[in-house]
Amino acid sequence: MIFAPHSEDELVDCVRTARARKSALRIVGGGTRQALGRPVAPPATLSTKNLAGVTLYEPGEMVVAARAGTPLADVESLVAAHDQMLPFAPMDHRRLLASAGASTIGAVAACAISGSRRISHGAARDSLIGVRFVNGLAQAIKSGGRVMKNVTGLDLVKLQAGAFGALGVLSEVTFKLLPRPESAATLVLRGLDDTRAVDALSRGLGSPFEVSGAAHLPAGVGAESARTLLRIENFADSVAYRLGELQKIVGAGEVLDDAATASLWCDIGDVAFFAGDGRVVWRVSTAPSRAPDFVRLAQRAGPLAHFYDWGGGLVWLAMSAEGDAGAGMVRAVVAQVGGHATLVRAPADVRARVDVFQPLPASVMRLQRALKASFDPDRLFNPGLMYDGV
Amino acid sequence: MSSIRFPAPDPAILARREEIVVGLARIVPPGCLVTGLDERRAFETDALTAYRSVPLAVVLPRSTQETAAVLRYCHGAGVKVTPRGAGTSLSGGAIPQEDSVVVALTKMTRVLDVDYANRVARVEAGVTNLGISDAVAADGFFYAPDPSSQLACTIGGNIGMNSGGAHCLKYGVTTNNVLGVTMVLIDGTIVEIGGDWLDAPGYDLLGLIVGHEGQLGIVTEATVRILRQAENARPVLFGFASSEAAGACVADIIAAGIVPVAIEFMDKLAIEICEAFARAGYPLDAGALLIVEVEGSEAEMDAQLRRIVAIAERHGVTTVRESKSAMETAAIWKGRKSAFGATGRVADYICMDGTAPLGQLARVLKRTDEIVRSYGLRVANVFHAGDGNMHPLIMYNVNDPAEQEKAEKAGEDILKFCVEVGGCLTGEHGVGVEKRDLMPRQFTVDDLAQQMRARAAFDETWLLNSAKVFPLEGRAA
Ligand SMILES: Cc1cc2nc3c(=O)[nH]c(=O)nc-3n(C[C@H](O)[C@H](O)[C@H](O)COP(=O)(O)OP(=O)(O)OC[C@H]3O[C@@H](n4cnc5c(N)ncnc54)[C@H](O)[C@@H]3O)c2cc1C
Repeated sequence: MIFAPHSEDELVDCVRTARARKSALRIVGGGTRQALGRPVAPPATLSTKNLAGVTLYEPGEMVVAARAGTPLADVESLVAAHDQMLPFAPMDHRRLLASAGASTIGAVAACAISGSRRISHGAARDSLIGVRFVNGLAQAIKSGGRVMKNVTGLDLVKLQAGAFGALGVLSEVTFKLLPRPESAATLVLRGLDDTRAVDALSRGLGSPFEVSGAAHLPAGVGAESARTLLRIENFADSVAYRLGELQKIVGAGEVLDDAATASLWCDIGDVAFFAGDGRVVWRVSTAPSRAPDFVRLAQRAGPLAHFYDWGGGLVWLAMSAEGDAGAGMVRAVVAQVGGHATLVRAPADVRARVDVFQPLPASVMRLQRALKASFDPDRLFNPGLMYDGV
Repeated sequence: MSSIRFPAPDPAILARREEIVVGLARIVPPGCLVTGLDERRAFETDALTAYRSVPLAVVLPRSTQETAAVLRYCHGAGVKVTPRGAGTSLSGGAIPQEDSVVVALTKMTRVLDVDYANRVARVEAGVTNLGISDAVAADGFFYAPDPSSQLACTIGGNIGMNSGGAHCLKYGVTTNNVLGVTMVLIDGTIVEIGGDWLDAPGYDLLGLIVGHEGQLGIVTEATVRILRQAENARPVLFGFASSEAAGACVADIIAAGIVPVAIEFMDKLAIEICEAFARAGYPLDAGALLIVEVEGSEAEMDAQLRRIVAIAERHGVTTVRESKSAMETAAIWKGRKSAFGATGRVADYICMDGTAPLGQLARVLKRTDEIVRSYGLRVANVFHAGDGNMHPLIMYNVNDPAEQEKAEKAGEDILKFCVEVGGCLTGEHGVGVEKRDLMPRQFTVDDLAQQMRARAAFDETWLLNSAKVFPLEGRAA
């Protein structure tokens, strides 16, 4: 059975019906990220596709609000026409997950999808300033609003970001925007090993020149030789000046222009290098300086491909889907190095067998369960998608 | 008597005061326990000084473990707890209840670790906001959120209130700059949330914890981002004939795709008060003043300023004055950051903190003036204009109860108007007790009940700072 409400009122009715029937719901936006998370198959689907349309756009206030099912591309092109952008440049999962459809703005919020600009412009959760959602009691709830500064009451906005729908069905989301930079360029350093590369990225990020992208692609990832990449986005004069200053700090390199910068960072953000093969893909979040250690330890267990974003703090790994798909090893190394790991791409049977999201300490898991119960006591929304039992 | 109500203290708890003090004395040494009446009075209020009540006792724990033992004891004994940092809250967030124990983090002030490679610092919750920046300044780094109270206020209090500051337009507020916390729950459980990496697994608990107003637990340590200082920074003063012209100029700067580091606003009365205090060279003939700060190389700052000046000229700017020296820069910011203190020397005041959409700034300023005047009082406006976070300072005589009531009424009317035009009750000072009873203006019964259920997921017993944030009537369990 598929529910596809046209309004928040209809959404409330759908949830009320589901609740009365004790029938859990799989929440679907554009369907591009259906393979994210533990495989769950509730009896009914709730699609946000008819909850579409931008409800507020004030370029002068740098804020946009849209119903949850609005295609992300619609929002992006609308604000681009006013030279604005979503600051966090969300990852498009279609290439990596070989999925089709159009990602929705609601899913970007619910899954807290951030991109390479996380290091300089914050994550999706940092730009999300308001939500409306329907909780498991079939009540329409709001938190936050349309203004940038707002500490009125508990911040349920952040809590919804990254809850993967488990704490309610988002009906409308409000994001703050930033002006689109006039110009962008990327400094490329060649041939560095991982440790020296992350060190260079750290020096760049520790400079006053506002590096907005910091990645390292080892040899064999997208090109034959290793590339260490630092992006600057600003007014054209500033980009030129800052690239010059930056090279005094991290060493001289070649410079990619606007167009080459755009396409390369799109590949990095979307993990295009690992698209179209049968390997599983892990996403590891750790402290940049410890990331090369993480990779070294992981490599002892067997062959893998990897690259770094977020100045080293985000590591993408591709490895064989055999056995536990590396889960035991990855989690053991995470425990040693600090951080957490998510299995972003794997066949459904693997995602059913191993923990997709990082297992949490009992004390934290207790809080997650209590929160789930406070929003969705009957476990109607995406039950088990993140963790068993929530 | 003033109009905000605290719940009546529980006589059974008051009667057990001695037993409770003895219980706490078993956990912490005498130097960490405040029991004498005069000493406890030091904790009876915060920066919302019109309200005060003396707590049962005050504990000053030295470690996470000690904090955990104290909370475990209070939980077991059914005693309420008021978490406290430096007590600079403007919304009464740190005012105790008579039947509560204050747990103040002021002995936990160490910077535990500074990690430049990963651009993070690990600190104890009682360290001051400025203490973090001071610890890394020599190496060219800083902690970005800069509340005007930064010399005194603690990072634990900043996390409690999700505090902002003048430079948040570019760098974000507390929630955007904290990566992890160690927090003690009311039953003494110690939880670690986040770390020195940029996101955390599971629901975003950190997002809920920042801005929790002392209701979810006691934060004992935090990992915060530190950033490299800009090459240079230069504040520029822009004088305008009227508040309307200044407000419209702010909206146009943002609309033109320019996001300076800071855009601060002062109206005529605020200019006079701050200039008398700081001698910063503010234009006394102006009806309103903007302090706009730009950053970068000299050439970059010049280029950005040229753009901003062109916009200001369209709004009839009457004075443009750039800081020409570090001393001038310091004076300009000193004037702004001591605005509340300087106002306090002229009159008693309450400081409102509503946010309005940028496009409504001029309208809200006008209405603020009308409202305050209708109560026969005066108002000075000094605030973070770039993000629409207003701070009308309503002046009154604290010794005149009728005037206090008028001031509070005027404040309420202003906040209601902020909500009406699409803004909110509080942009950075928190709800506390001050705005507690206005919450139904912004939220429905269901909205509030959902927040309260989320709160109860951390503190089922409602022992933590329970007089605050949520209206006393109709509380969900
Ligand atoms: C002159 C002046 C200027 C100010 N300027 C600004 C400004 O520019 N921007 C701004 O945002 N605010 C400003 N404030 C308000 C105030 O300084 C902030 O709210 C500040 O963050 C409070 O910190 P504190 O350490 O004093 O906390 P307190 O006032 O002691 O407590 C604040 C709240 O946090 C809770 N809390 C404190 N510590 C902890 C902890 N460790 N764990 C859990 N809960 C805790 C308390 O229960 C309370 O609810 C100003 C205040 C004054 C007096």
